[in-house]
Amino acid sequence: MANALSTTATGHSAHLHGDYLDDPPGLRSWLTTVDHKRIGLMYLWSVTFFMIVGGLFAMLIRLEHLTPGRTIMSAEQYNRVFTLHGAVMVFLVIIPAIPAALGNFALPLLLGARDVAFPRINLMSLYLYWTGALMALGTLFMGGVDTGWTFYTPYSTTTGGGVTLMVLAAFVLGFSSIFTGVNFIATVHKLRAPGMGWFDMPLFCWGMYSTALIQILATPVLGITLLLLVMERVLHIGIFDPQLGGDPVLFQHFFWFYSHPAVYIMILPAMAVMSEVIPTFSHKTIFGYKAIAFSSVAIALLGFLVWAHHMFVAGMSTYAGAIFSFLTFFIAIPSAIKVFNWIATMWQGSIELRTPMLYAIAFLLLFTIGGLTGLFLASLATDVHLHDTYFVVAHFHFVMAGSNLFGLLAGLHYWWPKMYGRLYNETLASLGCVLTFIGFNATFLPQFVLGSRGMPRRYFNYLPQFQALHVASTIGSWILAAGLFLALATLLASLRRPKGMVDNPWGGKTLEWMTSSPPPTHNFEGQPLPQHGPYDYRPVPVPLGVERHEG
Amino acid sequence: MSEATTTVHAEPEHSPFLQHHFQGMGQQFDASKIGMWLFLVTEVLLFGGLFVGYAIMHAKHPEAFMQAHHHLSRPLGTLNTVVLLVSSFTMVMAVWSAQTSKRKLLILFLSLTLLLACVFLVVKGFEYNHKFEEGLLPGKFYTHQGDTVPGQFMFFSFYFMMTGLHGIHVLAGMGAISWLLRRALRGDFSSVYFGPVDLVGLYWHLVDMIWIYLFPLMYLIS
Repeated sequence: MANALSTTATGHSAHLHGDYLDDPPGLRSWLTTVDHKRIGLMYLWSVTFFMIVGGLFAMLIRLEHLTPGRTIMSAEQYNRVFTLHGAVMVFLVIIPAIPAALGNFALPLLLGARDVAFPRINLMSLYLYWTGALMALGTLFMGGVDTGWTFYTPYSTTTGGGVTLMVLAAFVLGFSSIFTGVNFIATVHKLRAPGMGWFDMPLFCWGMYSTALIQILATPVLGITLLLLVMERVLHIGIFDPQLGGDPVLFQHFFWFYSHPAVYIMILPAMAVMSEVIPTFSHKTIFGYKAIAFSSVAIALLGFLVWAHHMFVAGMSTYAGAIFSFLTFFIAIPSAIKVFNWIATMWQGSIELRTPMLYAIAFLLLFTIGGLTGLFLASLATDVHLHDTYFVVAHFHFVMAGSNLFGLLAGLHYWWPKMYGRLYNETLASLGCVLTFIGFNATFLPQFVLGSRGMPRRYFNYLPQFQALHVASTIGSWILAAGLFLALATLLASLRRPKGMVDNPWGGKTLEWMTSSPPPTHNFEGQPLPQHGPYDYRPVPVPLGVERHEG
Repeated sequence: MSEATTTVHAEPEHSPFLQHHFQGMGQQFDASKIGMWLFLVTEVLLFGGLFVGYAIMHAKHPEAFMQAHHHLSRPLGTLNTVVLLVSSFTMVMAVWSAQTSKRKLLILFLSLTLLLACVFLVVKGFEYNHKFEEGLLPGKFYTHQGDTVPGQFMFFSFYFMMTGLHGIHVLAGMGAISWLLRRALRGDFSSVYFGPVDLVGLYWHLVDMIWIYLFPLMYLIS
């Protein structure tokens, strides 16, 4: 799509050899590419497509709730729609969004590497993603899936429809995620630019590294759980079926052993983006580099010890509940450390409110609301009241959907000039951010109230007194959709501008800004060597090895 | 190029097997080795789920598991354990041969490993056949008559899933070893470039190790 305009940029020194967007040219070269930047972009547009698909399902859910009882669909259709909304958004959008799209694009550039460690496995990850996506959408033609994205037994082993295909789709998507994780860990270990120590890396790399740890340690357990579920459906092996001597709660333990760490696959990358965007637009060294780096790793590891807080009412000893409750509170600490460090970074910085920074500030607000409401759910007593209500729905949309989405959009607007060599219309992009932020809050803040008053999640029908709040939430979803479309349209419209006019529009100090925008096929002319810390905004940067960045 | 960046052109190492994005053979080998270890971690966790499931169901139905395991053949299981252990030894020798550029020995040891893997699968095939004939099958296909303790089908559910998944890994390993063999015949490997042999070797040891856990768990319940 970019080829037609590339001639306008000739004369710009780095484009003598062409950039990665059109060197080599042609669709075939894109589909067989091993270039991390191209794979990242293909992931980006695939994720965008599925975000629109999953978003349409969400709009349908909200439209259905405009009135009590039937509005536009039957209860059975409603079950399928919210299942597909959850499955598409979790497995096809939120999990790959930042690591596979932005991470693939940016990580090697930030490290000063030419590519990820295993470029072919990277491409295979993308093809597995597409395969899994086709399988997931294929369930639509098999009567749909009505289990919810969590596939709880025994319902998931007895209901009809395309459950088996959907579960296998998630299995395939898991491998896609594992391949990305393996790639990132090996890349961070072995492909840092010469002279770049672990604590000289941009914090985005620490975030990606921590995310990759979870992808590798958690996803295989989901894989085997889903296989066991398929076996239960096909062979009745008995492990999850109480009639055959099995234990349905065991499925929940297995499932959340992956799926709770998976929420940190969703949030850590968004946090990683924050650590790049906030210092760049505050023009100030990041506050507490090591605290942010280690809190990422701490979240990744602690995330494995809290899974049973999803099951406080599923039949668990009070003693175990108390331990999981304590650990859940505990994981709030590294999250809070990050938030305070970002705010301290902004403190006394010269803040420039460009679009990525607006998204970053919006992220801080949404994540704080999402994080604090999580504490009510971590408390055993209040959870009994709030469990499986709209309060939970609102909470996890704030942390998973909202924070991830705003992290993605912050990163996308931040690296868009790097990806395409073009700036977007700043006014429209900022307006898109504001609309999205208002829409998001209008959609989900009423749901906290709904939930605390007893509106159960996943219910088709509701009592008349809940209607006003449901209507508010539905109107919010329209504002949210309008904001997202404005953001997308603004980005796409920028592609009509001439390419290659801005190498470093934000004055970033990390290595990706030390090459042309868009970068050449092999990222850098020669091997870049970092001369100073990644966030050294002092007028005279201090060379690496002389002093640590915290100074 | 910004003033904050200077460039150096990496010393080119002229091996045809050096990929463009690595600085040298050492970096390429280290990176691929990390990748392989990470992959093995995911494999351990994949089997780990099954081991945990087995342990929980065993604890729930100790009598049934005890009774059911008498249908397994200890001699054949022991034989297969020995076969895999020896194959791990031949694999180690193959890696050593590659590292010391002994092409003929490499071909010999790779062939021996492949052969032992075949033996393992043939023995496993005989065992499976015996279970099929007696109706000792997983889940709803379990038709064995005359059980004194109910619930034995659950043991065979796990037996077939775990040994089956292990068998698939043996098959994949055989594919990988055949690929190595073809490359060894072509003369690709030497002390400069032996990464793939090393990595497949690691994988093969993991397949062996999983069996070493499966064998006492399934065949030697007491």
